[in-house]
Amino acid sequence: MSSHSPEVAEHRFRQHHFVTADQQLDTSKTGMWLFLATEILMFGGLFVGYGLMQGVYPEAWVAGHHHLDRVLGAVNTVFLLCSSFSMVMAVHYASTDQKSKTVMNLGITLAFAFAFLVIKYIEYSHKFHEGLLPGRYFRLAEVGGPPQQAMFFGFYFMMTGIHGFHVLIGIILIAWLMVRASRGDFSSAYYTPVDLIGLYWHLVDLIWIYLFPLLYLIS
Amino acid sequence: MADTITAPHISGHADHHDVDYLHDGKGLKSWLTTIDHKRIGVMYLWSILFMFFLGGVFAMLIRLELLTPKQTIMSAETYNKVFTLHGAIMVFLFIIPSVPAALANFVLPLMLGAKDVAFPKLNLFSWYIYMVGAFLAVGAMVTGGVDTGWTFYTPYSTTTDGSVALMTFAVFVLGFSSILTGVNFVATIHNLRAPGMGWFDMPLFCWGIYSTALIQVLATPVLAITLLLLLMERTFGIGIFDPKLGGDPVLFQHFFWFYSHPAVYIMILPGMAIISEIIPTFSQKTIFGYRAIAFSSVAIALVSFIVWGHHMFTSGQSQLASAIFSFITFFVAIPSAIKTFNWIVTMYKGSVAFNAPMLYALSFLLLFGIGGLTGIFLGAVSVDIHLHDTYFVVAHFHYVMMGSTVIAFLGGLHYWWPKMFGRMYNEPAAKVACALIFIGFNTTFLPQFVLGSRGMPRRYYNYLPEFQFLHQLSTVGSWILGLGFLIMAGYLFASLRKKMDAPANPWHSRTLEWQTSSPPITHNFHEIPTIGGGPYDYYRPVGKGRNA
Repeated sequence: MSSHSPEVAEHRFRQHHFVTADQQLDTSKTGMWLFLATEILMFGGLFVGYGLMQGVYPEAWVAGHHHLDRVLGAVNTVFLLCSSFSMVMAVHYASTDQKSKTVMNLGITLAFAFAFLVIKYIEYSHKFHEGLLPGRYFRLAEVGGPPQQAMFFGFYFMMTGIHGFHVLIGIILIAWLMVRASRGDFSSAYYTPVDLIGLYWHLVDLIWIYLFPLLYLIS
Repeated sequence: MADTITAPHISGHADHHDVDYLHDGKGLKSWLTTIDHKRIGVMYLWSILFMFFLGGVFAMLIRLELLTPKQTIMSAETYNKVFTLHGAIMVFLFIIPSVPAALANFVLPLMLGAKDVAFPKLNLFSWYIYMVGAFLAVGAMVTGGVDTGWTFYTPYSTTTDGSVALMTFAVFVLGFSSILTGVNFVATIHNLRAPGMGWFDMPLFCWGIYSTALIQVLATPVLAITLLLLLMERTFGIGIFDPKLGGDPVLFQHFFWFYSHPAVYIMILPGMAIISEIIPTFSQKTIFGYRAIAFSSVAIALVSFIVWGHHMFTSGQSQLASAIFSFITFFVAIPSAIKTFNWIVTMYKGSVAFNAPMLYALSFLLLFGIGGLTGIFLGAVSVDIHLHDTYFVVAHFHYVMMGSTVIAFLGGLHYWWPKMFGRMYNEPAAKVACALIFIGFNTTFLPQFVLGSRGMPRRYYNYLPEFQFLHQLSTVGSWILGLGFLIMAGYLFASLRKKMDAPANPWHSRTLEWQTSSPPITHNFHEIPTIGGGPYDYYRPVGKGRNA
């Protein structure tokens, strides 16, 4: 809130209740970090529940995770990591007035996000087919092994489902950024939405980084 | 900086080109699309007051049913639904949003000298989410009702009939409204203070709301995931909380109270925040121990996250855990007592005026004293084993939630009413209503301490004949209480029908919201105020700063 560049302060995206554009940027960032904190706490609750139940039924968890496809999970991890990189580049180009490169990198991010969901779709349909469904829909007679696998898959679908929902929201937001970026809304003086949605996207990536070993790589 | 507050044009009348926020735009559409924090605060106010009325009707029905043992006016099944709806409505639809979303929405930006909250559109969005949650909750009531109690304990909540899923989803939705309000207020306090206003130049109300908002942001997501897990449990039977499927019902209690204990402080901290404003204003004296009160708010917020296990002493959690939770619980008493003593000392040698808001503040001190101290009984493991799930618990949390938070909310409502609507209410009527509410409240809930300590369990439909006198006393109290609220509704609505007559600063307060017109103009202040002194500098003449 200290620097006062008149050119920045008069920017057309400054809202009426802020004195300077810097103040607006600081405020938006505060808000976004708080929101990310709520996301971490929400997933945190799931992780705690998952971890506790894993402690109670370790053999069901190991048996359950053998039905997951490590290769597809690893590929998805790589996809999200790459998308995080292209997102960083999009923020960089937006902040240095390089419009076409911003749009291109947002496009790459979007493509990886789509690819992630496609793979997730393939994984889900396999699970549905094999009767690896949550709770009372789990077909134990077909699958065999400890009955608490039903609970494992309850967690699996909830955790990956909520994460997938976040990816979907991310896709919508990034598409919206692409429209605005190609319209020329962003410049070194104002690129707050790219910055903030970038933060969101990294969190979505980060949560998957935890989900992958927790679900796919237990022994 | 010669002036404490430089806000020119202090007058009750708006300039010809600056209309007040109530008249800036006409018609329903201008309200439903507004991003003005004052209008959103007013919309929240009417919404929560309606919910308070609804929850109050359920409360009166509960007390009426308990007038005699066995059936008085309703069946046992209906009774279970009525007390559940009373609890769920009062907690999730009234108390939690009451002070933050309604009153603080209105006054917080004014107190900070800001034009609006940090994210005005998000603010409006949170109101719409609240309304969706409210409709879902009402939907759950009319499509079968809920009989689990407001705590939704498993495995009962996953096996009983009724609209548990819909009600759970309603609370899930309401949580988002609460989170957005919290995010908005933290960002507002961090970034939108007027130039020159440091953290310790803020009115203490802002510290209380800041602490509340932190809890809303950090605790509510855990409730969200808990309710989502409960929904999955009901629809898919995933078994996390169901012992039949290998799950752990105590885990649900841990999850639930990890949110809901901090939520108790979401309810009490804003009440304390209001008291910190009313007492210095009506004593015309600098608040005693500003920093002690400010840090106490934050301390309560922090401790609130590590005491949830005291709701579960009899749930089968380990004795070591119970002992530790009990020990930490006692720490809550320290910041609470610090605040209480500071408020009392603030009045010492002040020129105390007994207007309606101050009467509520004094009621708060008495009732919070009783509510807080009986909390220590329940926080002590050995005593709690005897008292848990009795009317003693019911009386205790009503002394805190109603006797403290609701009384403080009413104090705040009377304190800021002239600012919000530009009209003074009938003061003698307000004093009578306050007295009736105080007497009615104590008549309703003091007997419940006795009932509980003699072994009357909470939530029971029937009771032993020897408890009847105390139950009837309690029911009569609820009628006195109801009469008090009726009178209040009467004079508040009557005040809205007359011409605007409130001066800008009827209570001679020094905080910024009183330095603009009543009701304020849309942009709050004609010029951004600059701050040169504290919010409670009553020892200086008005308008004289530190260096004067």
